Amino acid sequence: MAAVPFAPVSHPSAASLISARGLTKRFGDFTAVDAIDFDVAPGESFGFLGPNGAGKTSTMRMIGCVSPISGGTLRVLGLDPAADGRRIRAQLGVVPQQDNLDTELTVRENLLIYARYFEIGGPDARRRADELLEFVQLADRAESEVEPLSGGLKRRLTIARALINEPTLILLDEPTTGLDPQARHLLWERLYQLKRRGATLVLTTHYMDEAEQLCDRLVVMDQAKIVAEGSPRELIERHVTREVLELRLPADDQAPLDGRFDGLEPLVERVEQRPDRVLLYTSDGEAAVERIHERGVRPESALIRRASLEDVFLRLTGRTLVD
Amino acid sequence: MTAPAPIRDFLVLPLPGMGARHLIERSVLVYRRIWLVLVSGFFEPLFYLLGIGFGLGAMVGSLPGPDGQPIPYQLFVAPALMATSAMNGAIYDSTFNIFFKLNFQRTYEGVLATPLGVVDVAIGEIAWALIRGTLYAIGFFVVMFVLGLVASPWAVLTIPAAMLIGFAFAAVGMAATTWMRKIQDFDLLALVQIPLFLFSATFFPLSTYPAELQTIVQLSPLYHGVELMRDLTLGHVGPWLLVHVAYLAALGALGLLVCSRRLGRLLLK
Repeated sequence: MAAVPFAPVSHPSAASLISARGLTKRFGDFTAVDAIDFDVAPGESFGFLGPNGAGKTSTMRMIGCVSPISGGTLRVLGLDPAADGRRIRAQLGVVPQQDNLDTELTVRENLLIYARYFEIGGPDARRRADELLEFVQLADRAESEVEPLSGGLKRRLTIARALINEPTLILLDEPTTGLDPQARHLLWERLYQLKRRGATLVLTTHYMDEAEQLCDRLVVMDQAKIVAEGSPRELIERHVTREVLELRLPADDQAPLDGRFDGLEPLVERVEQRPDRVLLYTSDGEAAVERIHERGVRPESALIRRASLEDVFLRLTGRTLVD
Repeated sequence: MTAPAPIRDFLVLPLPGMGARHLIERSVLVYRRIWLVLVSGFFEPLFYLLGIGFGLGAMVGSLPGPDGQPIPYQLFVAPALMATSAMNGAIYDSTFNIFFKLNFQRTYEGVLATPLGVVDVAIGEIAWALIRGTLYAIGFFVVMFVLGLVASPWAVLTIPAAMLIGFAFAAVGMAATTWMRKIQDFDLLALVQIPLFLFSATFFPLSTYPAELQTIVQLSPLYHGVELMRDLTLGHVGPWLLVHVAYLAALGALGLLVCSRRLGRLLLK
């Protein structure tokens, strides 16, 4: 097995790696992050889930010490970003939302020069670059130019680059946005490897499946605020039912519900009408299907699925994540 | 072990500005593969020297040098073109290249996620641009030497003088680039660079300008570079050279300061 590509934290009981209290970011009159509190423990995989514009990236940039805070307090690795930004950044691995790879250099050179920015050079840098290229399965492209690489390969290189300094804390801002499903799954698998080896990951996403796959714990952000916090399982249990019955009604039957789904409590806890379907939140999907059949409702399709974080978000904000 | 915070203390951080050398390493790495681009910038002043210095110079003959003694026209023009080559080299690199890295490649966002800061970026990029300017100036100096246009041992000092000119123009060029929003803004650059080149006592002495215009010419940073170079190649050395040095150094320092501030404002929002 290749060397561990990050610095494992020796004391799981140690103080929080990140601690924010009343953390605020304003751009002029606009408040991007509005007095949020959160803590990230060593070895934890922590997510910010929310739609575009919720304040996730602003929060990540403050943690990454490239954006001064407007209010509240923020400690990263026990240090104040305003005073010790350089020292903190020396121990961070940052995967930005938009790739900013050096397109004037080759794949390997990208890693070597990035190592230099961390004062790592010579044989150390070369060994590390080779290990990381192996880790992200790019070893055979080491001498390639960066520009012709696909989005997924660029992303993998960006992740390798973020690990060049054996970071204590890895920040990933929408790591798989814009990738095709195959590329996403490969990235998830690599990130899961990091997590399994004890890395502390902080990531933002607006993909539910990503949050469920990668996060031990997450906060749901909406309009600059944190609206819920917990593990994916806890959030689902707390805010929605175990199962969801999704009904697609015939195209000529998109009219108001006319009370067709009223009075199904306690079997159906809540009914949500979306433009293209009706969602019934229930503890027992099979039973709910039977009940609506008894009432003469004939949907085009009926799907029973496990409730997801998407449902949590819809419940908390009344909106879907990706509009 | 009972240390509460998982901070790794063995990390040695460079002082602010020291990280600039890694930006220079980056440029070296980039240009190692596209060195031909570098070579092209050397020929422009050379063509001017041959075309104007020798071609037109044959008709001009000689004109009064800095100390009043007549000198051949080539000897008058060559140091001015050496100053120009240092300026051009520095401007090439500090404008288009910086614009591309700042706005399209987002290179500096990657750099700023590491321990390096905006001061490192500003110093590192300006230093590379001045190195490029200096390389052109050295190439040009060799040509001057071969053509017998070096009249004094003091001329050795034209190399550090070229570095100073490169510094001033690289810093101002990069500072100006931080305000550029689109490629078309670079048309303005030509509008500044060409008059600087033509009217900085490059091709004719300051005394030929009308009195009112002489003051304006003396504000041109290239004028100070040209005078510095000319006096050094002709061995006409005295304390007045320090005025040129001070002017160029101050301009460079100001550009560097503005650059760091602007990068901070643009990238560390």
